[in-house]
Amino acid sequence: MKVVIDAAVCDGKGYCKRFAPEVFGLDEWGYGKVLVDEVPPEHMAGAEAAVEACPLQAIRTV
Amino acid sequence: MSFPLPVRPLRDARLLAPEPDGAPRGPDPSGPEIIEIAEAAGVRGRGGAGFPLAKKLRSVASAAGSTRFVIANGEEGEPASVKDRFLLRERPELVLRGLALAARAVGADRSYAYVSDPAAARRLAGARGGDLVDVVRVTPGYVAGEETAVVRAVGGGPALPTAKPPRPWQAGLGGAPTLVSNAETLAQLALAVRLGPETYRRLGTPESGGTFLVTLSGAGQAPVLYEVPYGVPLRELVTTHRGTAAGVTGMLAGGFAGGLLPPSALDLPLTHAALAAAGSTLGCGAFVLLAGECPVGVAADVAAFFDRENARQCGPCVTGTAGVADVLAGLTVRSATWSDVARLERWGQALAGRGNCATPDAVTVLVGSLFLHHRDLVGAHVDAECERCAVSPVTADTKFRISLEEP
Ligand code: SF4
Ligand code: SF4
Repeated sequence: MKVVIDAAVCDGKGYCKRFAPEVFGLDEWGYGKVLVDEVPPEHMAGAEAAVEACPLQAIRTV
Repeated sequence: MSFPLPVRPLRDARLLAPEPDGAPRGPDPSGPEIIEIAEAAGVRGRGGAGFPLAKKLRSVASAAGSTRFVIANGEEGEPASVKDRFLLRERPELVLRGLALAARAVGADRSYAYVSDPAAARRLAGARGGDLVDVVRVTPGYVAGEETAVVRAVGGGPALPTAKPPRPWQAGLGGAPTLVSNAETLAQLALAVRLGPETYRRLGTPESGGTFLVTLSGAGQAPVLYEVPYGVPLRELVTTHRGTAAGVTGMLAGGFAGGLLPPSALDLPLTHAALAAAGSTLGCGAFVLLAGECPVGVAADVAAFFDRENARQCGPCVTGTAGVADVLAGLTVRSATWSDVARLERWGQALAGRGNCATPDAVTVLVGSLFLHHRDLVGAHVDAECERCAVSPVTADTKFRISLEEP
């Protein structure tokens, strides 16, 4: 599984990083940033929780 | 009305050769044969990344779904490039033939031509084959030619880039697999079919077959549109253009996407690989030659353009690009500090990949090239006012735009 953040939607609340710090980080300006090419199996649950938690639904799984 | 810029072939005219009048239409290959020809001829995308056309055709042809579309992208968006507008205005039938071939190759249900130039739209509509495509007009803009913006605008939405994946070949117009191909790429496909792969490949390199169009401007010389075989050293082109390469102090490469290059880049062969190895890109094939301009001032001009033209939708790109443009503008008037310079370099790097389109990456290349080739000069702008920048301040539009409007 891959995750994609729509940069046009994300407003940098940072919930994604809180739910899956191995998968999401924040960039220089505090916007969400995907850290991995493929989500490793052990972080799948966290990544899915982050998708749910993003208040703007800016994260998509592919 | 003839094209407002001189057009010249460097070795052999193919795209620049006038379309033969009422000539036989040439070979009539099947869809799979078209893809084989594109592959054997080594046709690469002329819009920026140089992606092999056959691969893209195959991806669209084999993507899941019962409906498919093809779009000729004629919105080049690059202010220093005119080549797609030349082709659409002066060789519309070649572009349309390429679009029809691409449509057959992928099994498309419908074809579109996406343009901003009014003259190009008129020529397309009146050209042979023009009745078979829907011409979609868009307001010109740097991001309007980005492939996901193209798909969105053709679908009736705003011409704004969306997050990837999916790319248009996976899910484009109405969710259907869609080929978005630059106007020159399609014209090249038509040529490859007409000439056959072997003749097509007589010019170019093993990596990139054939010729491509270069908009060459700057250095006090009137801009010219050249047709150049891939692999020719840039120096040969520049020498042909202005009699000598002496006095060229640098350049903007690949339109605004490839950053600043030093004069040593004149020895690069014009191939995707060579420009990429130099940290740049062949991009849309436009080169702006510099002859004595301050590179910091040039970077400030281009960054200000990106700041105006970014689609104001992706947070990091909007904030980061504005910050980069501010520091560079500040350097030109000696109002930037050392900590601004540190921020310029850091933000330049941090912008890579931080948006829905490649604009932030172009800012990264620009800032990176400025520090790579002119680090001391950047610092000098903190310490003292730059005389060259003082006489050439950042203006409301980029100084490097080539206008095709009749005066
Ligand atoms: S939670 Fe959503 S809005 Fe917040 S930073 Fe992450 S992706 Fe952006
Ligand atoms: S990255 Fe910048 S230019 Fe590209 S869509 Fe986002 S805001 Fe617009």
